Amino acid sequence: MERRTVLGRLTWQRGEVVASQAETARAKSITLAVPNWMGHRAGQHVDVRLTAEDGYQAERSYSIASPPEEAPHVTLTVERLDDGEVSPYLTEELRLSDKLELRGPIGGYFVWEVRMGGPLLLVAGGSGIVPLMAMLRHRAAAGSSIATRLLYSSRSFEEVIYRDELDHLVSSTTMLEVLHTLTRVQPPGWTGYQRRVDTEMLREVAWPTDQRPLTFICGPTPFVETAAASLVTLGHDPARIKTERFGPTGET
Amino acid sequence: MSEGFISRGFRGRRQKSDESGRIPPGQYLERGFPVLSAGPTPHTPLAAWDFSIVGEVDQPKSWSWDEFHTLPREKVTREIHCVTKWSKLDTHWEGVSLDTLLAQVKYDASYVIAFSDGGYTTNLPLEEVLNGQAWVVDTYEGQPLEPQHGGPARLLVPHLYFWKSAKWVRGLRLVDDDEPGFWESLGYNNHGDPWKEERYWGD
Amino acid sequence: MENKLDGNAAAGILQEIFPFDMTLVQATCIGCGTTNVIGALAAYMHGMGTVVRCPSCDTALIRVAQTKGRYWLDMRGVRVLQISVEA
Repeated sequence: MERRTVLGRLTWQRGEVVASQAETARAKSITLAVPNWMGHRAGQHVDVRLTAEDGYQAERSYSIASPPEEAPHVTLTVERLDDGEVSPYLTEELRLSDKLELRGPIGGYFVWEVRMGGPLLLVAGGSGIVPLMAMLRHRAAAGSSIATRLLYSSRSFEEVIYRDELDHLVSSTTMLEVLHTLTRVQPPGWTGYQRRVDTEMLREVAWPTDQRPLTFICGPTPFVETAAASLVTLGHDPARIKTERFGPTGET
Repeated sequence: MSEGFISRGFRGRRQKSDESGRIPPGQYLERGFPVLSAGPTPHTPLAAWDFSIVGEVDQPKSWSWDEFHTLPREKVTREIHCVTKWSKLDTHWEGVSLDTLLAQVKYDASYVIAFSDGGYTTNLPLEEVLNGQAWVVDTYEGQPLEPQHGGPARLLVPHLYFWKSAKWVRGLRLVDDDEPGFWESLGYNNHGDPWKEERYWGD
Repeated sequence: MENKLDGNAAAGILQEIFPFDMTLVQATCIGCGTTNVIGALAAYMHGMGTVVRCPSCDTALIRVAQTKGRYWLDMRGVRVLQISVEA
């Protein structure tokens, strides 16, 4: 795989909130205009820093939800954690035209661009959908028909982030399949998966191993580790599986 | 530096503390018990566990888990202070004092290096782990110490920043010359007194 | 549960020090000799610092702390780095 690194240390920039939109009861997308944004690749993240009046600072990383085609606008989708310190501020306090300190884009390892080819397997747990959505949005913006499957695990139908947009991407692009699994509660008439991702489910959803898909898995750490191990058990090449663990929180 | 940038409306979740006098400078009161891990959590089976005192001793000494539990035990209630600025009051531990353990070896040394499963080390002056200042503890709030908090047993040295209370401790190496441990060699203070805010190298 | 992330999560702190994306750099572990891109290593990050470990043998390859405006970078766990940087 071609390696390309951009020279330069990261510096803090200030973005201005130009739009915000609730995605689910807990998740909100915040769009920032970042004046000196140098562009990014789908899958990368930013560090966000908050500073209180007494100088106290808190920093967190958030995946970029928007595709590179939307630069210099950068959209983050943030899920509010009940005991969080930064996410409640971002989802409940931050207003239009507020400024937010961020730096990035960060992380050239967990990225996908159309020219990397496919087939593409995306496995998302909860808010792990965010960087994978950037990849799907980039794929659509580039008019790509690379064969792509998304397996997306959520607790309930109401907690599926980007639900309508995913339906729209399936119907408006070619060669994209989206499969949901709802692990806690399902709506009446639900015919999709209704359990946590396991080897059997991945056997049905993943591309045959001889197609050598590029795989990206993102979500809570236990989810990612289970999915990655299952795919390796099924015979997929670990070198073509990239993971982004979000940390220990979680049930999905 | 953020050059004076303030995030409008952000306060963070620190609690104002009424416990003046019990919280060292720069610390805030924490009601939870954050887990800071620098590596995978070890899971040493008790049958394989031992605690050793080695180094500048006449005879190295070690105790198996069962032998460790024949030693006199103490209940300890103390405040703990993490260099990342949280303090927790009235934490309850049970274990064996280092006075008890060190009394069973003949030694001539000035410093101890505590070593743990997973490779973690921290260094302390020997005189600061004697006289009721340090324990090897295996019980927290009446329950067996959980692996994520250092179980089956950790060092407890509450008068210093909590990184000195080595999780998953397996022994002490007694030495004449000080050797900075895992964090002490990475910019943290060699001593670590929270009341003097000895957080970083050069404080 | 320990907060184990992918090496990619350490990209931010490393790019405060190195003027390029370290996650694409290949590092050889002094413990077991395996070579991995740093983005594929295991990163443990908390308020005291960042420790990046070999996914095969858990050896600490890279340790970083930032105290009083200075970075402390310990790379004794790295035998060699392979860095491809294009302008």
